[in-house]
Amino acid sequence: MMDPLIIIPAFNEEKAIADVIKDLKSHDYHNILVIDDGSKDRTAEIAKENGAKVIKHIINRGQGAALQTGNEYAIKNNIEVIVHFDADGQFIAEDIKNMLEPLKEGYEIVLGSRFLGKKPINIPFEKKLILKGGRLFTKLFSNISLSDTHNGFRAISKSTLEKLKIKQDGMAHASEIIDLIKKNNLKYKEVPVTVIYSDYSISKGQGIFNSLRIAFKLIIRKLSN
Amino acid sequence: MVEIISIIIILFALFAHSRAYLRFKERKISWIEFILWTIIWISAIVVALIPETSSKISNFFGIERGVDLLVYVSIILIFYLIFRLYIKIDQAEQNITKIVRKVSKEE
Repeated sequence: MMDPLIIIPAFNEEKAIADVIKDLKSHDYHNILVIDDGSKDRTAEIAKENGAKVIKHIINRGQGAALQTGNEYAIKNNIEVIVHFDADGQFIAEDIKNMLEPLKEGYEIVLGSRFLGKKPINIPFEKKLILKGGRLFTKLFSNISLSDTHNGFRAISKSTLEKLKIKQDGMAHASEIIDLIKKNNLKYKEVPVTVIYSDYSISKGQGIFNSLRIAFKLIIRKLSN
Repeated sequence: MVEIISIIIILFALFAHSRAYLRFKERKISWIEFILWTIIWISAIVVALIPETSSKISNFFGIERGVDLLVYVSIILIFYLIFRLYIKIDQAEQNITKIVRKVSKEE
């Protein structure tokens, strides 16, 4: 049985991080790496107290940058499988098992989807609209159709990681990863996961304006390459 | 009769061009850039002295007034410069991230 490294990018998540780690541990995932992305609060200390490994960015560089730091750590330490997991308590550790399954069948990357089977809990209307826009954008931008394009829950095998170099430091990394899946012709699969919307996680999420900014960023990067 | 605005434009053009020349001598800009600036400032002086030239040029492009052409060209130029700046900043940001990653360590 593969023991995945759970990579959790975290920026000012002192309120949520302990419960997230506890949930993971209760499901027997002990290999947890929190990338503290320049938090100003006690995120790193709390993560350490709860038994996670912590790598600290001295200044905030964004979720994409933090994930790439985790990915590079995994490559350097020869880790077979990694899981991207959110620090704000949106995901449940119970779903990891299902995410890992396709990797054993030869899939190279597994993407969590909140729109396949499992109903997202308390999803706000604005969020639904943004995710619809994200789907359309992904179709136009990368020519790939997914049910949930902007879900931070991923399971990735080691050989795939080296093809998935995240250069988008901010939230645009989610689209970038999909673009890289298409470019490298990776074998991918979507798996239903539960996403829980609490007031806390919504406050940490992306609004419409920010989503447009992210799209702009991606387009400029594509033009300038 | 030469208007005061013409004199101001000419003085500014001469001043700006002297800056470009100094940069060129310090090898901070290439000779292509220097020639570009020379053309820009000489045309500014020509237009300041003989305003009719600007409307001649703009008529050639199918634009009535010289000033309109100037505004259009300026806007295009500014957009281009912003685009270049944006890319420069983006690259700088990526480099900062590389440095932050390099100095980050497991606690």
